[in-house]
Amino acid sequence: MTDDIRTLTARVAEEPSSLAFLELGEALRRRGQLEAAYKVARGGLARYPALADAHDLVARILGDQGDLAGAFDAWVEALRLDPMRIGALKGIAFLYFRAGDVPAALGHLQRAAEIDPDDGSIVQAIARIRQATQAEPQDRVGDTQGNGYVAHPPALPDSATRAEAGQGAFLPDSDTGDHGSMLVDANGLRLSGTVRSPANEDVGDRVAAELAGVSKEAARTSRLLGLGIWQAIAVEAPDWNLFLVAPTPDTLLLTVGESSLPMARLALVADRAAREAREWLEQHA
Amino acid sequence: MTAADEALERVTQVPGVRGSLLISVDDGLVVAERLMEGIDGRAVAALAASLVQRLGRATGGAGLQSPKFVHLRGNAGSVLAARGRDDLVLVAVVDPDANVGRARIEMLDAVGHLA
Repeated sequence: MTDDIRTLTARVAEEPSSLAFLELGEALRRRGQLEAAYKVARGGLARYPALADAHDLVARILGDQGDLAGAFDAWVEALRLDPMRIGALKGIAFLYFRAGDVPAALGHLQRAAEIDPDDGSIVQAIARIRQATQAEPQDRVGDTQGNGYVAHPPALPDSATRAEAGQGAFLPDSDTGDHGSMLVDANGLRLSGTVRSPANEDVGDRVAAELAGVSKEAARTSRLLGLGIWQAIAVEAPDWNLFLVAPTPDTLLLTVGESSLPMARLALVADRAAREAREWLEQHA
Repeated sequence: MTAADEALERVTQVPGVRGSLLISVDDGLVVAERLMEGIDGRAVAALAASLVQRLGRATGGAGLQSPKFVHLRGNAGSVLAARGRDDLVLVAVVDPDANVGRARIEMLDAVGHLA
């Protein structure tokens, strides 16, 4: 347990009626302790059912847990209580975009932009949606059930929600600590996505070339050492964690995250990205 | 008992670890080993060294430092590798239900104590 979480836990214990649960829940969420974060948030919400911040927090946690319907409901409630809540507008916009409802997504983002015209992330998100829908319409699959694969989603409310929701699987996100995902073929060529270096350079092609033989190497090692069929490779570097999975026998998916992101959580992100990559490959075959 | 032997003993005491060995990653040779019967130390060393080197090139290409820990997971077990000083790598072969978290901690701590 880190010092800040310990301190916040003590504050909440000493003063259960305080709003410190918001900070504690958010700190736990950022550390990937989602169950604990959810308990804290629900406890606070029970005390303050009319507090938009509490619903917003619950929404972010549910988003991280992959419960997008639950996240949607919580953000709607946050917005009902506070119509100016930008985080909820951005969250709902993302969920609409994921469901293939671009006009609704843009509508929520535009409303957010009207509330805070200085928030550059909202302007960027609007631009990215427009660019994605105009430049590469074939990459969006209009699935109103919310299963559509989106190659270039808008910016999400935060990195964890986006990562855990499995969106942006092939997008770098250097501003939020996720340095991207990349799908590589058996010949070391990049199929989608990219990876950025700590200096924010696009190093996708270079890394893809080096990954060319990894899948075969892993298969050979696994077979010869009696480990069965290889499933994943987790790599810890001093500053970054990498996770490799093979969505198909001929492809490799690399996901890179800051070392502060627990490896088990990065594995979840990678697994979801692999599922989306399989769908994408089927659609683009 | 040498530092290498101590490192191997610590790792092999973790439940589910089939064996461990210290290898030279540059040439894939075994420096010391403590393996269950039926595990070919030379094969483990060569394969683990090759994998670690390849992943090192990939992280280098991304502008990252060399990996300090690698976990190759198969459906019937895993191989773990922790990089020490120079070209030494501590490798463990573990069962699918092994406590990988504990093995990882022991391995990273053990390689830190190697000369």
